[in-house]
Amino acid sequence: MAQLFAYITYKDGVADDSALELIEAAKKIDAGADVTAVVTGSGGDLDTVCNEMAASYKEVIKIDNEALAYPNAEVVRKALLNVLPADGIILITHDTFGMDLSPGLSIKMGSTFVADVVDFEGVDGSTLKIIRQEYGGQVTTHVNCDISAGAVINVRPGVFQPDESKGAAGGSVTDKSGDAGDLTTGRRFLEIVEAEVGDVDITKSEVLVSVGRGIEDEDNIEVAEELAEAMGADVSCSRPIVDQKWLEKSRQVGTSGQTVKPKVYMAMGISGSFQHMGGIKGAPFIVAVNKNPKAPIFQLADVGIVEDILDFMPELTEKIKGM
Amino acid sequence: MEILVCVKRVPDNEENEIEVSADGSDIDRSDIVYSVNEWDNYAVEEAIQLVDEHGGSVTVVTVGDDESDEILRREMAMGANNGLLLKDDAFNGSDGKGISTILKSAAEKGNYDLIMTGAQADDGAGQVGGMLAALLDYPYASLVNKVEVMDDKKLKVGREIEGGNQELNEIDLPCVLSIQTGINEPRYVGIRGIRKVASVDIPSMGASDLGLAGDAVGDGAAKVKKVDYFVPELGEGAEMLEGDTDEIIDKLIELLKAKGGLK
Repeated sequence: MAQLFAYITYKDGVADDSALELIEAAKKIDAGADVTAVVTGSGGDLDTVCNEMAASYKEVIKIDNEALAYPNAEVVRKALLNVLPADGIILITHDTFGMDLSPGLSIKMGSTFVADVVDFEGVDGSTLKIIRQEYGGQVTTHVNCDISAGAVINVRPGVFQPDESKGAAGGSVTDKSGDAGDLTTGRRFLEIVEAEVGDVDITKSEVLVSVGRGIEDEDNIEVAEELAEAMGADVSCSRPIVDQKWLEKSRQVGTSGQTVKPKVYMAMGISGSFQHMGGIKGAPFIVAVNKNPKAPIFQLADVGIVEDILDFMPELTEKIKGM
Repeated sequence: MEILVCVKRVPDNEENEIEVSADGSDIDRSDIVYSVNEWDNYAVEEAIQLVDEHGGSVTVVTVGDDESDEILRREMAMGANNGLLLKDDAFNGSDGKGISTILKSAAEKGNYDLIMTGAQADDGAGQVGGMLAALLDYPYASLVNKVEVMDDKKLKVGREIEGGNQELNEIDLPCVLSIQTGINEPRYVGIRGIRKVASVDIPSMGASDLGLAGDAVGDGAAKVKKVDYFVPELGEGAEMLEGDTDEIIDKLIELLKAKGGLK
């Protein structure tokens, strides 16, 4: 079995939740394997995260370089290529950074790439058996992956639950900064433009009426607004609604939008992609209404109703108003 | 600016309920409506706008079969200048790297300043753009939601990152960008537009035209292989409220009251 690595992402000196999830993912590949954490960056934040990781990983590789101060995937790729063995199995979180880094990394490593893995079913010879989803989570597949020449594996965030009882690995940090090599690239990071603040802060809302594709038309947004008003709720939405410019970006729930923590979440005509569900925290009571009985949201909600939201919402609004 | 946009014909996620076929070898394709991958429409629209402003031409390319002709025509009806169909039995069973290898060979037949893909397609992998860039040794940016031409050697691109924030980068040409939905508003294509390009000749290239060895792509070269589709046991899922709408609403209101959903 080739050596396993986990690439750690962090912000302001604090490791992402996924940093410990990757240990659990690695255990499902090879229960006995020691996973090496790989942390790149520059200065004090990097050292803080390396030391934090040494509590959970037995080995931590540190790559310190000013060019790595911001995690530009093109720069990180070059560093990893120079430091890690080509036949290693590298686990990376399937977020906007992992999506940027991994496909190209696998090509340069000459290894195999699999995206957005939701589970592993062990290794048979040089075949890694994995599970992933297609069509926004509507169907699931078994995939065989030849890892004889190494692999880059993107793991879906939030799927593998970290073992909170651990944290005493007593790991050591090895400085491989000298091996990083030339890190000049054709893409240079400029700056982060922060999301605009909207008229309503949905991250503070206790009850959300959230609409997705099922709303069908911009004119129907007011049907959701009327329901929200009757309930004393705010209106939020999934990504397609913002893409269509029917609601402001500040109303979007999901990994690329807002992270909300309501008591009750009304998913109206929302299919329930993992990117959307990733923006809902605090285990709210989720009500899903969708005319597609196969919508993944019904696996994730507390209560499900198979109806067309355009018929259902006005009736619900009327009843609540009449109470 | 010469722009190549890679597109794919996929089951339309909006029009279909995707289910596993009876034997689990595929999805049930008996009543499937196909269309251009949603992300690709945004990429083609962005390419057309760039060419409108800075000159040049847009070529749309796909790895597919005879059926894929219709999506190339649709994108040409939007305003793409040329179509290119990459078709060969030897391409069947290609994994993401195989598809990227085929596209790389096609890209090298032209002289493109910019190559675009959709950020992802039906299988949700989002891999072809990044692989294609690495194979060509071009810089890459994924999940792009803004493109601005700085000069004839570089672009300023925005990437959509977590929390609705945007990461701005400068990227040298030629490069590969994967385009995120919402970057623009793809123009509507009417029947009349489709008719206009109905008889345009769309060239087709196979493995030998591209100088590809048969074992470099296709099933034999694939290291990632789908075994089957299945319905996972996911536990209980939601409690489904059934009956007539009135009853459902009464039950739901009760639940909402209990959970603090009604004020």
